[in-house]
Order: sequence, then C-alpha cells, then structure tokens
Amino acid sequence: MSSVAANPPTARQPLAHRRRPSTLAVYRWELRKLAAQVRTYLGLGLMIVLPLIFVVFESVHHGHNHAENIFATEITQSGLATPVLMLLFMSGFFLPLAAALVSGDIVANEDGNGTLKTILTRSVDRGQVFAAKTLAAMTYAASVVFVSAAVATIAGVISWGFHSVTTFSGTVVSAPEALLLVFAANAVYLIPLFALVGIGVLLSTATRNSAAAVVGTIGLVILLFIVAQIPGLEGIRPYLLTEQFQNWQGLLRTPTDWSPIVHSAWVCALYGVPALVAAYLTLLRRDVAGG
Amino acid sequence: MLGTRATEDAATGDDEAQPVKARGLVKRYKDVLAVDHIDLNVGHGDVYGFLGPNGAGKTTTLRMALGLITPTEGTVELFGRDPMRHGARALEGVAGFVEAPRFYPYLTARKNLQLLAALDGNDAASRIDEVLDVVELSPRAGHKVGGYSHGMRQRLGIAAALLRRPRLLILDEPATGLDPAGMRDMRALIRRLADEQITVLLSSHQLPEVQELCDRVAIVESGRVVYEGALSDLRRQGGASYRLRTSDDTRALQLAQAQSGVEHVSRSEHGLNLQADEHHVGELSLALGGAGVAIFALTPELATLEDLFFRLTEGSGAADGAGGAEPKAVPVG
Repeated sequence: MSSVAANPPTARQPLAHRRRPSTLAVYRWELRKLAAQVRTYLGLGLMIVLPLIFVVFESVHHGHNHAENIFATEITQSGLATPVLMLLFMSGFFLPLAAALVSGDIVANEDGNGTLKTILTRSVDRGQVFAAKTLAAMTYAASVVFVSAAVATIAGVISWGFHSVTTFSGTVVSAPEALLLVFAANAVYLIPLFALVGIGVLLSTATRNSAAAVVGTIGLVILLFIVAQIPGLEGIRPYLLTEQFQNWQGLLRTPTDWSPIVHSAWVCALYGVPALVAAYLTLLRRDVAGG
Repeated sequence: MLGTRATEDAATGDDEAQPVKARGLVKRYKDVLAVDHIDLNVGHGDVYGFLGPNGAGKTTTLRMALGLITPTEGTVELFGRDPMRHGARALEGVAGFVEAPRFYPYLTARKNLQLLAALDGNDAASRIDEVLDVVELSPRAGHKVGGYSHGMRQRLGIAAALLRRPRLLILDEPATGLDPAGMRDMRALIRRLADEQITVLLSSHQLPEVQELCDRVAIVESGRVVYEGALSDLRRQGGASYRLRTSDDTRALQLAQAQSGVEHVSRSEHGLNLQADEHHVGELSLALGGAGVAIFALTPELATLEDLFFRLTEGSGAADGAGGAEPKAVPVG
C-alpha cells in the first residue's frame, strides 16, 4: 500500500455544486444486490418449480375430478386454465412466502451486516434508501408473481393448448382475452401482496432481525387465516388482509365484478400505508449502530 | 424523489467552517451515559487523534458525527452542517468508517465500490481504478469481499472513503487487526493523505499510532474529554519530568522537596526524579548551587504519550491544554 500511497486521489471539490444520486440510482443498486444473492433465487425457483410440478401431476392424473372449481374442470381443455389455478393455489401462502423472504430481509440484513451504516454515510438520505428498498421488495414480489404466472401459462399451453376458457360466471372468453385476464388477475393480486410487503419492510426495519421479520410476516398471514376460521368473527373477515388474496377473481367474471377489487384496494391500503409510514419513521429516527 | 438533482449545498455548506465542531455532545442509553458533554474542535488540516480506552465513547461520538445515531443532547457540525438537520448533505466532503468498514460479501470489491460510487454521485465511479491502486487491491478487485482478510477489508474501507474525494476523513481504529506491515502502510497512507491537506479525525487506542500521526488530540475517558489540545502542549506540560544527579543527592532531595513547583520527587539508584516546569527547575538549580550542591546532570525527559494517557485516564492527574497557545482547563473525571 505504501508504494502507491504517494498518489491518493484527493483533488478536492468545493462543497457546492455537488450532484447527489437519485433514488432511481439507489433502487437500481438494490435490484443488483438482490440479483447477487442466492436467497433471491429460492423464492423465484419455488415459483418456477411449483407450476411445473402441477402441470406434470395433472398430465399424469388427467382423469382426476376437480369439480370444486370451474377452472379445475377445464384444466385439460385449455392451457390458460393452469395459471388461474396456480394463482388460486399459490396466492394464499407460497407467493406471500416468497414476498416475505425478501421484504422481511431487505433492511434487517443490511443492519445486521453493518452495511446499512456503510450506505448511510454516503450521499444518500435515509428516505432515499427506504424508498429504494421498498420499491425493490415490491419489484421482487411482482417478479415472483409474474414468473409463476408465465411458467404456469407456458407449461399449461404446451400441455393442453391455447384455447378459450370459461370464466367463473360461465361465460366463454377467447384465448387472447383469457391471456389478458390472466395478466390482469395477477396484476390485481399485487395489491394485497404489496400491503404484505409493507408489513414485511416494517418488521424488517423494526426488528433488525431477518429471520424474525420473515417469520413474523408469514406468521401474520397464517394468523389471519386462523382468525378467519374462528366462529363468531365472520364480521371481520372482509377486512382481513388474507381475504384480499382472492380479490382478483372479480376479473374473471362477466361483466367484471369490480367491487372485490375496490374493496381490497382500500382494505390493503389500511394495512400497507400505515406499515410503510411506520417503517419509514422508524428508519428515519433510529440509531444505526449495528454490525 | 426520483430523478437526478443538484443539492443546494451552497446555501447550507461552508467551505471555511470548522471540519468538526461538537458542543455538549451527550449520548445516553437508558441508564448508561456513553458520551458525557463532549466538545470537539477539529480544524482544517488537523490530524486529530481521538484517543481513549475501549468503551470510552469514541465510536459513539463518531457515530453521532456521521449522523448514524442521534445525540441525546448537544450538536455536532461538519463544515458547519449538522447531520441531524441536513442529512446526507452534511456528509458532503466527508468520508470514513466507524468500527470496521463493512461491505457486501457476495459482491466483488469492484462491485462494492461501484455501488458506493453510485451512492456518492458526481464522478466517483471514474476513480474506482485509481483508489484500488492506492490501496493495492487492484489484483484482487474481481474477488468477492466475503473472501477478503481483515486487512484487505480495512484497505478497501480506505478506498471507499477516497472515492468521495474527502476533505475530512473520519477513521475509527483503522489499523486494528492489521499485521505490523499493514499498520506501517496504513500509517504511511494516512500521513500522505494529511500531507494532501485532508483533515483526519483518527480514533484509536494505539498510542504509538496517535503519537506518530497526530498533531492534536482529544483524550476521552468514561465518555468525557479529559484533554483536548495540541499533542506537543500535552507532552510539554503534562510530562515535564527531569532526572537529576548531584554531588549530594540526600541534600538535593531535601531541597527539591522544599522547593515550590517541584513535584513527585523520588530517589533512585541513578539520582533523583522530579517533575516541574522550566521556571521551577531553574529555581531549584539556583537553590542547589546556593546550598553548595554540585549538579552533575539535569536531564529533561519528555513524557511519552503513553505516560500521559494513563495519567489522564487512570485519574492520577490532569494535564490541561487547549487548541492554541493558551492552555484551557478541561475537567478530569
């Protein structure tokens, strides 16, 4: 080190006229960090493997009775029924699990490793770091949803063809329209998932412990499922976050039933917005001494 | 919030303001008072040693200076800007690390620096190769930091700091954990940076390091500053001890003990040891001559920083100094 220490790059700039990085730049690096971590691919891998297992299983057992759901009855008639069934199957636990893996970890991991203080002593404000991390966690959640949908759609179409499907209301829609509805249904499902991401980020920020935050986030989902089953509490069911995981089904009716979507939008806002505000204020005010 | 923007540093920053100015800084964790009304004055071009035993409050103070933790009381300003009020803008021109520098272990050194450069803005990214060369990590730049040794991470920490073209470098125990060659190189680099007119605030409990590098020091003990000022003042005032050899040490001992301003007189097989300032030593030599005691040798022995440090932090005395010619009394305790 001494041999080259003779020329440290220290040409000074005045304090004025320095340009600080944008939140977009911080967000891009959050995505790169996610892309560089093995953990990121656990959730994505699960979202790829599960639809494939489902399609293989259904191909082998194509005589199985699926009378409980209209899309299940037409599973072998159109490959476009597969992503709908997969969303139905995965929306309650597996997709929230994947979202929790990242949202619960995204702040706590850096806090525990001491890298939070590394980035907070650069030229970015805590608000920028928080915004970038929240956006990255949401981006990841959206990625797992659409990767899962894409894999299910491709595998389903390869197995059973690109044909029209019958919706929940009994109307037949063409294959292209069904494809559009599959995309829209997954997009609408992101509303409650983003609310869950907000809760994950809050727990990640508040607990400073990745495991606690991930388990806490997914534990909340399980708890709300249990609450929904308790007799006498039917009145609060429409306001449970987990009930919103099925909001997308309104899109698969003709005419489109917007009421569950609108309802879930404000219910999810009641969960997600306070969680994110609390997480932001926690990060803003808290001492960063970890690592 | 999205979108590149220029800061309004001109409105809040001050090129001429003191690099570090802390006033009445307090940090309390429930019942534990980690930092107790610390004042710091780091001037332009200083290599300022922040010295104290482990747990004295050095790192906590640096964390407050960098805006990582909120002071319970008091303020700290970097070039006239308070990190608590101005956020990241207060850190413009400031770089360094608190405790060990931390990086993403799953990224290479180069990727880590690219990330930090992106968070610095300006032309930081264009200096990555240059700073890697400075710390001699270029050959390992493509390796993941997870496989780096402690010393390599310390060097990478310096490289990350240099990306920002700092005018104030805050380093917390930079040589800790380095082997002797690494420590030597680290000191050489710090000295070189100081020669480039970078102000350095160096926290350390390694006395030789501070003695070698620093011109001003603050010594902290139990969260309080027990001395702040020029290192030379501290050594001159706190450590003015003399060794005296005479024709009659018994008589000289009596005279020295009776002489005002002469303290800690003791006798050894080599003569007498005593502490006094130059004025009182002069008076003692006259008294010895008047009493017919010949002086064979009167040798000043400047105290080492280690002597002074232990004297201050173990409470056996206070050496007060201040930044300037006039020493300022700083309470001990």
